[in-house]
Amino acid sequence: MASLIACPHCGPRPKEEFTVRGDAGINRPAPDAGKDAWYAYVYLRDNPRGRHKEHWHHTSGCRRWLVVERDTMTHAVYSAVDAAVTGETV
Amino acid sequence: MSSFRLSSGGRIDRSKPLDFTFDGKPMQGYAGDTVASALLANGRQLVGRSFKYHRPRGILTAGAAEPNALLTIGEGGRTEPNTRATVAELYQDLIAKSQNRWPSVDFDLGAVNGLLSPFLGAGFYYKTFMWPAAFWEKVYEPIIRKAAGLGRATYEPDPDTYEKCWAHCDLLVIGAGPAGLAAALTAGRAGARVILADEGFEPGGSLISESTSFQDRSATELLAQMVAELESLPNVRLLMRSTVFGWYDGNVFGAVERVQKHVGTVDPHRPMERLWRIAAKQAILASGAEERPMVFGGNDIPGVMMAGAVRSYFHRQAVAPGRQTVVFTNGGSGYQTAADLEARGLDVAAIVDSRADAPTGWAGKARIISGGVVRDASGGKALSSIAISKGGSVETIKADALAMSGGWSPIIHLACHRGARPVWSDAKSAFLAPERQDGLTVAGSAAGVETLAACLADGAEKARQILVDLGFSNAGAAFAPAADKPEHARPLWFVRGSKGKAFVDYQNDVHVRDLVSAVGEGYGHVELAKRYTTNGMATDQGKLSNINAIGILAEARKVSPADVGTTTFRPFYTPLSFGALAGTSRGKHFQPVRKSPLHDWARKNGAVFVETGLWYRSSWFPKSGETTWRESVDREVLNVRKNAGICDVSTLGKIEIFGKDAAEFLNRVYCNAFLKLPVGKARYGLMLREDGMIYDDGTTSRLSENHFFMTTTTAYAAGVMNHLEFCAQALWPDLDVQFASSTDQWAQIAVAGPKSRAILQKIVDEDISDAAFPFLGAREVSLFGGRLAGRLFRISFSGELAYELAVPAGYGEAVADAIMEAGAEHGICPYGVEALGVMRIEKGHVTHSEINGTVIPSDLGFAKMVSTTKPDFIGKAMLSREGMTDRDRLSLVGVKPLDPATTFKTGSHILVEGATPSLENDQGYVSSSCYSPTIGSTVGLALVKRGPERHGEHVTVWNDLKGEYTKAVLCSPVFFDPENGKLHG
Amino acid sequence: MISGNSHGAPIMRYSAFSVFLNALRGNTTWKPAWRSPLPKNHYDVIIVGGGGHGLATAYYLAKEFGVTNVAVLEKGYIGSGNVGRNTTIIRSNYLLQGNNPFYELSMKLWEGLEQDFNFNAMVSQRGVLNLYHSDAQRDAYTRRGNAMRLHGVDSELLDRNAVRQMLPFLDFDNARFPIQGALMQKRGGTVRHDAVAWGYARGADSRGVDIIQNCEVTGIRRENGRVTGVETSQGFIGCGKLALAAAGNSTVVADMVDMKLPIESHVLQAFVSEGLKPFIDNVVTFGAGHFYVSQSDKGGLVFGGDIDGYNSYAQRGNLATVEHVAEAGVAMIPALSRVRVLRSWGGVMDMSMDGSPIIDRTHIDNLYLNAGWCYGGFKATPASGFCYAHLIAKNEPHETGRAFRLDRFARGRMIDEKGVGAQPNLH
Repeated sequence: MASLIACPHCGPRPKEEFTVRGDAGINRPAPDAGKDAWYAYVYLRDNPRGRHKEHWHHTSGCRRWLVVERDTMTHAVYSAVDAAVTGETV
Repeated sequence: MSSFRLSSGGRIDRSKPLDFTFDGKPMQGYAGDTVASALLANGRQLVGRSFKYHRPRGILTAGAAEPNALLTIGEGGRTEPNTRATVAELYQDLIAKSQNRWPSVDFDLGAVNGLLSPFLGAGFYYKTFMWPAAFWEKVYEPIIRKAAGLGRATYEPDPDTYEKCWAHCDLLVIGAGPAGLAAALTAGRAGARVILADEGFEPGGSLISESTSFQDRSATELLAQMVAELESLPNVRLLMRSTVFGWYDGNVFGAVERVQKHVGTVDPHRPMERLWRIAAKQAILASGAEERPMVFGGNDIPGVMMAGAVRSYFHRQAVAPGRQTVVFTNGGSGYQTAADLEARGLDVAAIVDSRADAPTGWAGKARIISGGVVRDASGGKALSSIAISKGGSVETIKADALAMSGGWSPIIHLACHRGARPVWSDAKSAFLAPERQDGLTVAGSAAGVETLAACLADGAEKARQILVDLGFSNAGAAFAPAADKPEHARPLWFVRGSKGKAFVDYQNDVHVRDLVSAVGEGYGHVELAKRYTTNGMATDQGKLSNINAIGILAEARKVSPADVGTTTFRPFYTPLSFGALAGTSRGKHFQPVRKSPLHDWARKNGAVFVETGLWYRSSWFPKSGETTWRESVDREVLNVRKNAGICDVSTLGKIEIFGKDAAEFLNRVYCNAFLKLPVGKARYGLMLREDGMIYDDGTTSRLSENHFFMTTTTAYAAGVMNHLEFCAQALWPDLDVQFASSTDQWAQIAVAGPKSRAILQKIVDEDISDAAFPFLGAREVSLFGGRLAGRLFRISFSGELAYELAVPAGYGEAVADAIMEAGAEHGICPYGVEALGVMRIEKGHVTHSEINGTVIPSDLGFAKMVSTTKPDFIGKAMLSREGMTDRDRLSLVGVKPLDPATTFKTGSHILVEGATPSLENDQGYVSSSCYSPTIGSTVGLALVKRGPERHGEHVTVWNDLKGEYTKAVLCSPVFFDPENGKLHG
Repeated sequence: MISGNSHGAPIMRYSAFSVFLNALRGNTTWKPAWRSPLPKNHYDVIIVGGGGHGLATAYYLAKEFGVTNVAVLEKGYIGSGNVGRNTTIIRSNYLLQGNNPFYELSMKLWEGLEQDFNFNAMVSQRGVLNLYHSDAQRDAYTRRGNAMRLHGVDSELLDRNAVRQMLPFLDFDNARFPIQGALMQKRGGTVRHDAVAWGYARGADSRGVDIIQNCEVTGIRRENGRVTGVETSQGFIGCGKLALAAAGNSTVVADMVDMKLPIESHVLQAFVSEGLKPFIDNVVTFGAGHFYVSQSDKGGLVFGGDIDGYNSYAQRGNLATVEHVAEAGVAMIPALSRVRVLRSWGGVMDMSMDGSPIIDRTHIDNLYLNAGWCYGGFKATPASGFCYAHLIAKNEPHETGRAFRLDRFARGRMIDEKGVGAQPNLH
């Protein structure tokens, strides 16, 4: 994992300040979306070897949730944007 | 006694003699000695025994790659096994002991293994020791374990301290040899922030271990000039005795600095070692090259040394390897050694050069045997003679030292820590790392450069290019370009026809035949060969052995070394201590401590504390005369139920929630309704995970229209906060809601019991009568006649009339004192989390003992709390799955022993009375239990299949671990005041 | 002593006698432990992944179910995945009904393994102790230990004094989180991990299974909703049934048939110290931080901690995790401070959504899935191979692996030992 993540609010910060949650590639379905959609949302994951978008929380910083795009082979971080700004669609 | 100290020369300080012992025998060396050089100076060459065959072993190298000379250094809690004598600096009164021998290194009974060696070939243990089956653990394995291993670690705690730090730089230079120094100088002059790290105690690399010169200057003059200039530059930090052990993502390098490993008297105010994490914009790896051993019979006999190591000891510590040296080489290194020895008048019996066309031009005295090989060395514990084979004839000559060189392998370990694979170079007969990777450039002999001038130029030029890329556009190389003069190395992977064992991996006793037979048995892949023969798995991680092994595998498989490839280089470059990695996080300081604002209040009231996560919470408050914790807890419970008690609940998570959509937000994160919670009211809330399981519970109060105050459990305070922020920011960013954690801002005090209202009314200014402040009331209150503002909640965990009062943290102790004083006439007592737990079990309240991540609301009797009218809340969708509605789900029930004199424990399982104990018959388990002084027996909460339908059923509470089988009855989980009369009192 | 069957390589039986005989011949007469065949055009079963689980599956397919026209395809060398990079621990100290009998089956198979496949994998039942430091942990272990005993699995709950007698060098006097006791499974222990892969490979090969190394699957060919074979770096190979056993790379293979899995791939680091004379006899896990340790027969302390916590296929971890592991190690055993760590490495873990594995059919009729082993796959190797072979051969799950269904998440039948839900980095 890269040692720094460029928080859009705080600038480059050590990764130890952040907490990862996981795959940011799927939106929370509508309440009536049906059980398949809900199963997919809660349990299925994009898990690529390569570029991947994830939710990371700047826990020891601005406490914003970010969508971080990084590489699961090289661990390079490509971008970090505020999850609220991107909305869920990333 | 063949190696010896020369009467003059070297970089040792002869005015500073140092006494030390080896295996109890007193010896003397000088400042500037390593333990290895001092042993050699004392004529001690046999210093250890090998791993498997217990062969006598001497000092082979003069550096980090040493596989043989591993000693136990130090005593007591400072005992360090497996210390490489070749890098350990000598200090006054150092105590060194040899390892893996019994009774002594000179006479080791384990050497009998050598006689059995035909039966102990590669992988022999996979093929035998299987019969009878029970004998492995009982007989064979204990013998193997005892025989294996190297040094013995101490069980005593380490008396020393350690620390960690971060450093940032533009350029990290790893290795202070010629290339590294040139790179650092180039960068330092350009004004870049430079860290130059070297594992040794003296910079210079080959400049101090070789007799070379540069232009008109001797190597040592050049070194002195460079070091003086580097030391004068404020932007350059020279880190000696600092091994860079790993290259990590983000261009972070781990390094360990041995701050006090070289001192006889440890300064307690300084760390023993310091861990550096160096975040470097760019790094230059100038780690040099490792000389390869020649693989021939008896190449492990004490007296056989690397040719470069002979020169290093000769020039640095003025130690000669013997009186009569033979050189075995396939390149210039051997000749250099011979020349250096002859220059001081030492006798070199022969230079055996495996190349038939050995270059002419040798001007020394020694005879050259070109196209010859050393077939075997003999002598047992000390080298005595050498059999040289050339063109079918064998010549034996006497020698007490043999200097060997099989060519050079660039040290590319660190450059391959992040996935890069080494590439075979036919020209260099070596594996090279990619010269430039993102963040790391290899320079000097680590990049295959050979001459001093070329290494200086390479380091300088590569640094210059990096600096320009970093924006130091004026950077100029500290040394002018110089053409390299490469030798055309022709590797000799092993000598054919050796009679004795020809070792490839010295420490693990892997010899040529092991590797060849591994190929024959199907383990020819370099990784399989490593794992099958253990080649390269010793403490030196194959620094000397891997390339030779690859060459031998290549020949056995009839392919090129490029096709064999290397095993994976992984951290650490050299072994590093747990101590350095742990730093200050040890003992009581393993984790930080959180203390409640009422901690001191609890302590002065006699609390016994218990670790709860990072917190210390008060468990109970023993009174004099009470001899068991149960006595104290029973008294506290009965007193609360009869009079009143005060308990510190400050560790609960507390979150302030603001915003015009705060109510809507809470309505979505709780499974029960919150939209219409009135101002001034608290409500118990159940928060689910998206998978429908209960995540946490707590009360949330509406303090004003757009201001809520949430409490969480102690353990989940941080998790709930993160969860709320995720929901607000990532799921519903359109909602206007904000959070602030106020856990540490409030001291929160529970006051419970029938007298609690009367007590609190003495300090609360507002009317808190039942009419004015009914159950679940929540409001800001004025205290002590307006001198302090706080928040009062009428909530109860104990089932008693009870309140929780929150006051600013700094006032907590004073307010608690005031409550104690106000309650004195009412018989108030402090109570701890044990009594709190007893009362909540009596009342059937759940905690994380029940909310264990696998329960849904209906499991705990909360089915009615789950809103059926809300369109959405976290967890709603998943609750309708088949497995969530199974009537056999474990559900909350009470359990109590049929005979009140009997008891049971939490974690016991529930069986139908008389049923055979089996998983199929498992009905559930006791999730919480305690002795209830109110009821007069043990009571428990249990999660049982169809629990609520089974009240009255007789069961066995089964605790086979303790042989405790208690007849019991399932019942309502509410053991106390089921009508809630006291709660509403 | 030569045995074997008509399909496979003749096998030279390993024994003290054969070691003796070969020694007299200079150890030059050992036969290859397995063949290096070229792939055939078609197999009844292709197993993707020559790790422990794949090789065990092939072994049991051939030995127990008579299915011998089998190929194991391995992109690198056999055992190059997690079976070659784990911390070698075996145990069956599981709590839940879906897990407990399965891991106990595995333990029983371990106990007879070496005689079964004639390869000394050094199964060493030296005892596994899980330390507890709080009443809540003790209660959870009481529940677990009793669950084990309900299935006839050995377990003991030790108090502080009993642990102190066994392991006096743990920190009993100066600990931030004092040790209160331990749950012990005496039958737990360690196994020489590489040898497991080799023993299964040799046993499978001798029964006719083709083990094909350096053969990377690059595509899965389908016709009419069925798998017909795989594209590989050695060309197309047809099959009747395709069985995935790709561990951390499961998602990559499943992507070839557009199957999204309830799995994330995470990196777990492991470590070995320099070789030491016998230092610690048992496997011990710390209860107040992430650390566990045992000592190999060679003398190295083999230890590890928590996963790094983020998705990764890189087989390497970060320094902060290394430090956390060492901190917990020194907190548990203060004397470790002066012991030196030799090497660290990383493996790719197929972390599932409830921390338990999947052995099941898929939405494609003749495609089978074995995945989701998290960081606990090694101990499961024999039972996983056995149950997977049963499923493949009979198209019907084996009794003890029945709960490991792929649809259990959709059905709400999770097997969540830790109770942390669909958050793999917490399992």
